[in-house]
Amino acid sequence: MSNLLEVSNVSKRFTMGGLFGRKTVDAVDDASLTLSAETPEIFTIIGESGSGKTTLARMILGLELPSSGEISFRGKTVSHRVGRQERLEFMANVQPVFQNPFEAFNPLKRIDRYLESTARRFLKLSQRDDLDGAMDGSLQKVGLSLAEVKGRYPHEMSGGQLQRAAIARALIPNPPLLVADEPVSMVDASLRMSIVNLLKSLRDDLGVSVIYITHDLATAYYISNRLIIMQRGRIVEMGDARTVLDNPEHPYSRLLKASVLSTEDAGDGKLATDPGMVTLAGELVGRPGRLVDRADGRMVRVYG
Amino acid sequence: MTQDLLKVDGLKAYYQMDYFGVTREVRAVDDITMTIRKNEVYGIAGESSSGKTSFIKVLAAAIRPPMRIVAGTVKYDFKNGPIDVATASEAQIEGIRWRHLSYIMQGSMSVLNPVRRIGKTFEDFAKRPLGLSGEAYRARILNHLERLKLPADVLRAYPHELSGGMRQRVTIGLATVCHPEFVIADEPTTALDVVVQKEVLGLIREIQQDMGSSVVFVTHDMSVHANMADRVGIIYAGRLVEEGPTRQMFFAPKHPYTAHLVASLPRIGDTTQRPALEGRPPSLANPPAGCRFHPRCPLAIDKCKTEVPPLETVGPDHRTACWRWRDVEPLVKPQAMQGVIA
Repeated sequence: MSNLLEVSNVSKRFTMGGLFGRKTVDAVDDASLTLSAETPEIFTIIGESGSGKTTLARMILGLELPSSGEISFRGKTVSHRVGRQERLEFMANVQPVFQNPFEAFNPLKRIDRYLESTARRFLKLSQRDDLDGAMDGSLQKVGLSLAEVKGRYPHEMSGGQLQRAAIARALIPNPPLLVADEPVSMVDASLRMSIVNLLKSLRDDLGVSVIYITHDLATAYYISNRLIIMQRGRIVEMGDARTVLDNPEHPYSRLLKASVLSTEDAGDGKLATDPGMVTLAGELVGRPGRLVDRADGRMVRVYG
Repeated sequence: MTQDLLKVDGLKAYYQMDYFGVTREVRAVDDITMTIRKNEVYGIAGESSSGKTSFIKVLAAAIRPPMRIVAGTVKYDFKNGPIDVATASEAQIEGIRWRHLSYIMQGSMSVLNPVRRIGKTFEDFAKRPLGLSGEAYRARILNHLERLKLPADVLRAYPHELSGGMRQRVTIGLATVCHPEFVIADEPTTALDVVVQKEVLGLIREIQQDMGSSVVFVTHDMSVHANMADRVGIIYAGRLVEEGPTRQMFFAPKHPYTAHLVASLPRIGDTTQRPALEGRPPSLANPPAGCRFHPRCPLAIDKCKTEVPPLETVGPDHRTACWRWRDVEPLVKPQAMQGVIA
């Protein structure tokens, strides 16, 4: 069994402040995870703002170097400064999808130009027909076509279409791994499911693995195979998505689940969160603890 | 308690722009009629560019060109007398703002002045409408902060020193310090994390019940409406397409768009395939003829393409604008949902 991506004991420490009163923040502390090359999966990273989920994703994308630990892609270490050639090769294999499609695209640039430059760079195409073919091919995968997109500016498309176009751009070099940082949080509820279903079909039909970063437990439950839950830089629970979310064990995971607004009792107006739960989860911030294995395959951080 | 506080009648608000002699008209609010009662939370749902923000701008009496009210009335029945904000003068609106009609805004970072301490911002907002000074004013503010579970220290803090949840509580505090009768909340929790979101929603609900005021709550997130609203109204392409008691809207919707919105919500404990609505929201500059939802509607028949469905009463408090409302099935059955973990 070979590994597609291996993140081992990665930490990231940011330094804040000047010469005096310098402070350090551990954005990610000792995170490890592995994605297998054989079985494509949707691997979800759940956490609130400040949990380090985006920093972890940026390190996987090579946009940030870890302070310690190592990230390797197909057995090759990528978490150090690399040359241009090596960097391009890595970028062709791991592609990002960002949160807000309206900000990811320059409003003055036509969308097909993004797709075209990606095709030129990573597929080394230069003939008009080849370029159009590659662009159309990847747009078809997301339910769009080149005819719909060609010559259009970002403001001419809806948020859902634009996010699809962003995914189509990421798919051009046929990457085995996509890193999607909150891809649906800026998309309307009615269009959200079309993006989520698209990620699911990328995994099932095209065999693309996806690292899906979100704070929405409901969509995570819906599409992911495995997940990790992060609290202030530490992984507190990790395992099969259904096992963990059906019956979360760590106090923080339980708090998150209890905070999901359910629609089962629509109209009853139940909005109280057990304050004991909040304190219990809050007390664990900053305590190191250690991850232990459980019988059902999950890992939970325990303390003391 | 079922007295009406706000009556909107046949409201049409258009954006009219004139470029080099070419007139362009965007019908953001097209013939909306509804009432909002005293002491209720009314949820408004709709996707971006459905006209919901334009609608609440009218409700908030923030009508600025190029938006213009073309027809209709927006009548409030406040304690200090009735007022129609569609025709009221600037001075009359000044008289109701914050004291009677108030607004919780979306991005708490851009609402609070970054170079002014929270205490100063409170003074700017509340000192004049409250008409208090010195010790009485201070006591009132501190009392209000306590109700919001904010420490008195926040008055000395700058906005950037507070967390997102605290900032949002401060904006709620600003909007409610004068005990307004009518509060408009425009997506107040979209930028917040789940734990904080629930806390802030609970707080809005609590304050609403304390003050006995009416809240119009706008968001596209149906799960928020499920927990907040007494009644929900759905806006699609500038029109009210369905409104009803929250429970009815979730378990027995009578408009295909509502049925879709409810069905597309993922739930923990349920992994069955969720339908996604295809197509894009219609352009309000050139909306489709007939029922505006027909190009995306699974139930559309020829009649829908030519004739506009009226808002019909289909049950107690329940109105829908659909020719085929009798055939609308809830896409998620209540029985199936009860088996799911709470």
